[in-house]
Amino acid sequence: MTIPLHYYLGLSAILFTVGVAGVLTRRNAIVVFMCIELMLNSVNLTLVAYSSFLGDVTGQILVFFVMAVAAAEAAVGLAIVIALFRNKQTVNIDEINILKW
Amino acid sequence: MSIEAYLFFLFALIAIASAVLMVMQRNPVMSALDLIANFFCIAALYLLLKAQFLAVIQIIVYTGAIMVLVLFVIMLLNLGDEKRLSEQFDMKKAIGSILVAGFLLEMLYLFGSSDESVAYANLHPESGNIGTVENIGGEFFRRFLLPFEIASLLLLAAIIGAVVLAKKRL
Repeated sequence: MTIPLHYYLGLSAILFTVGVAGVLTRRNAIVVFMCIELMLNSVNLTLVAYSSFLGDVTGQILVFFVMAVAAAEAAVGLAIVIALFRNKQTVNIDEINILKW
Repeated sequence: MSIEAYLFFLFALIAIASAVLMVMQRNPVMSALDLIANFFCIAALYLLLKAQFLAVIQIIVYTGAIMVLVLFVIMLLNLGDEKRLSEQFDMKKAIGSILVAGFLLEMLYLFGSSDESVAYANLHPESGNIGTVENIGGEFFRRFLLPFEIASLLLLAAIIGAVVLAKKRL
């Protein structure tokens, strides 16, 4: 038995949902950040699966750009977390509401 | 079942388990380690999909660079000593969980009911040739040259932004 495309799509759907659940339920900013990385990865898996099943390289090229954006996001996001922690001494996203009002 | 099917189910199982553990873990360092395990499983799945170069890049960029940065920040902020974040289960999270479950069921239903399960039962016969360094590099420097250069500008902007944000005083 070879693995058909929809198995990969189902797996990435499950991983994406776990990431969404983490973003909605966790309060630690760094864990929320890691959940976003997980969601980006599950979408990458979808792109690579389609690329391999269609025989088209464009999906894999797009994964490279997603990785570049994820790396940029990691650098800037963690810098923001450090700046916030320096000002408020916490990474709890419920207490970080300085942009709220 | 072929060896590929066994490998797929093995890595899919580990990937899902480590993702769930990452969300459930209280300690952010353990979450980061679970996420690294998850990234390794996804790299293995890339290999099963014959995307060799991407599998290597996945390990180098995600586990080698991004997760090391995350672990470094966790160490820098000394989050292990911080008092427990108030992570109890409340109404907001219950509604979120229900929405997430509906979202998952909808996606799985869509994937399961589409005709693609018949059309794409096997990898494309050319799939072994498209994931090579030669092919991907050629595409980058021919069809995707402008996006490639823009990505380098984005990374430059991210470097400057990270330095500016994390500096104590400008």
